[in-house]
Amino acid sequence: MDEAILIEGLVKRYGDLAAVDGLDLEVRRGECFGILGPNGAGKTTTVEILEGLNEPTSGKVEVLGRSWTRQADELRARIGVALQETKLFDRLTVEETLRVFASFYSGRTLPVETLLAEMQLEEKRGTWVMKLSGGQRQRLAVALGLVGDPEVLFLDEPTTGLDPQSRRALWDTIAALRSRGKTVVLTTHYMDEAERLCDRIAIVDHGKRIALGTPAELIDRIGGAHLVEITTDPALPPEALADVRGVRHARAIGQEQQPSLALSIDEPHVALPALIARLAERRAQPTRLVSRTATLDDVFLTMTGRSLRED
Amino acid sequence: MSTKSLWALSGVRLKLFFREPGSMFWTFGFPLLVTVALGVAFRNQGQSQTPVAVVDGPGAAQVVAALAGQRGVAARVVDGAEATRELRTGEVVLAVQAGAPGAPLVFKYDPSRPEAQAARRQVDDLLQIHAGRHDTVPTRDETAVAQGGRYVDWLVPGLLGLQLLNGAMWGAAFNIVNARQRKLLKRLAATPMRRAHYLLSYRVSGLVFVPLQTFVLFAFARLTFGVVIQGSALAVLGLAFLGSWAFAGLGLLCASRAQNSETANGLINLVTLPMMVFSGVFFSSARFPSILQPAIRLLPLTAFNEAVRHVVNDGASIFSQGFPLAVLVAWTVVTSFLAVRLFRWT
Repeated sequence: MDEAILIEGLVKRYGDLAAVDGLDLEVRRGECFGILGPNGAGKTTTVEILEGLNEPTSGKVEVLGRSWTRQADELRARIGVALQETKLFDRLTVEETLRVFASFYSGRTLPVETLLAEMQLEEKRGTWVMKLSGGQRQRLAVALGLVGDPEVLFLDEPTTGLDPQSRRALWDTIAALRSRGKTVVLTTHYMDEAERLCDRIAIVDHGKRIALGTPAELIDRIGGAHLVEITTDPALPPEALADVRGVRHARAIGQEQQPSLALSIDEPHVALPALIARLAERRAQPTRLVSRTATLDDVFLTMTGRSLRED
Repeated sequence: MSTKSLWALSGVRLKLFFREPGSMFWTFGFPLLVTVALGVAFRNQGQSQTPVAVVDGPGAAQVVAALAGQRGVAARVVDGAEATRELRTGEVVLAVQAGAPGAPLVFKYDPSRPEAQAARRQVDDLLQIHAGRHDTVPTRDETAVAQGGRYVDWLVPGLLGLQLLNGAMWGAAFNIVNARQRKLLKRLAATPMRRAHYLLSYRVSGLVFVPLQTFVLFAFARLTFGVVIQGSALAVLGLAFLGSWAFAGLGLLCASRAQNSETANGLINLVTLPMMVFSGVFFSSARFPSILQPAIRLLPLTAFNEAVRHVVNDGASIFSQGFPLAVLVAWTVVTSFLAVRLFRWT
């Protein structure tokens, strides 16, 4: 059996509101799977159902080939969890907290020393949880998820609210878990996080899956790995540049005062000379021209017309 | 079945308690302060001197001479206006006015004040005896207060009850709701932790807190006010455990569904405030109308106070306290059962 997780037609309703609205997902063993979407897309609800903390309204959910309705105890021993912003026992030290959590597992647990070393918390072992920084607290939360040596680790928005340095440190730890072959399910609304950590990504919006694939596949789907943003004087409509050689797609972006165009491009060395020639032909001056690699942000924007960061 | 998580969680309870300065104060310091404050305010003051005003006039010197050196009365001469003023303000409760020889003595006092009537009788007796009255029946006073009969003796068992109730409510119940609000309960529920162990850890840690609280309060009351446990100290400890379980059940019930500390706050006050008034912590519940008495006796704090007072003050056996014991057991069983049924982890 290849699937660590199987979701078919998952629905979760709160009254009239469908937080999850017919979701299908498969997570393979050993991959790091990202669930990406804006706030309120149903990511946390989905993950909490997978963690056995919430019950689906309808649909099929299997974790490690087991069901929460019949094999809950068995499942809890085999999964690890880091909730979004876990608050722990304030006046317990890091090491004490790890030992308490270890006492919950009757089977094999990872040695506390190993976890402290892996999460770079050795120096903080005697520190009260309330005195940890945000990044240290999140690393402790991940360590607690790993105590029972789980087959699947769920991380719900692990780096939300962290400073860039702490985020990068946590990314390194998660990347190390993935390279050891642990199945990781990660929710995030950060594109760079998903791109950097995940083997495959599902983009969800309004409780539905709107895209699925590797980061590269998803970026390719918007018609090019590069984006050129160009502002011209006088302003040009998208049609003026859409048929330039190497340009796969052109659309208007920017405000009324400063209309700009965004062009999807496969090969910049082909498209850029042709683009400059077309501008000369139309007697338009490029006042700004930016070329960059497309990101998952662009994928989301292309598919929904909204930015992920519109919180 | 492994119990290691039960011991680990109980250890957490103890560590968190002793690392929180606030909980230490409210559990140990505060009841001692209340004991001192109320013990001092309502202490038995021994025989006091009743101040008496003697109105200046022809016979005043004779009256003062008659009362001089008598225990319990302090007489001094003032003019008529001053006597009236002191009577009005309560500085004296009795003024004596002696007229010309042969004229009757006049006692001025407010008859609605019991101490004024007592002073009038006492002064009258002293003056009559001084003038040569002979009492025909010999009498003798025994003024020692019966052991366990003072207010402070009565107060301390009630304070133990209040302390255990507050511990179960503000210590345990509030703590659980807080853990739910902070999603700590949810995090724990995502582990294979046996959920009963989390709730039981509060009872296990109580095995340390309850004897400690009982000992500290009674040791302090004994050292400062000479409060003595007339009955069995073991019986008091047993009652303290039973009481703490009844209160814990009630606390757990309050904590079973509340989503945030504001709701918990309201629920806890709703439960504890009526008991503080009706269950005879600071004054006897016998003062309430008899129609309320059956209901008052069914409150767990009333039952606890009643049983502990009988053991501490009257030296009664715990086995003679069938009714209050039954009330406490019933509260323990019913509230714990309901609380576990209703409890929400998320």
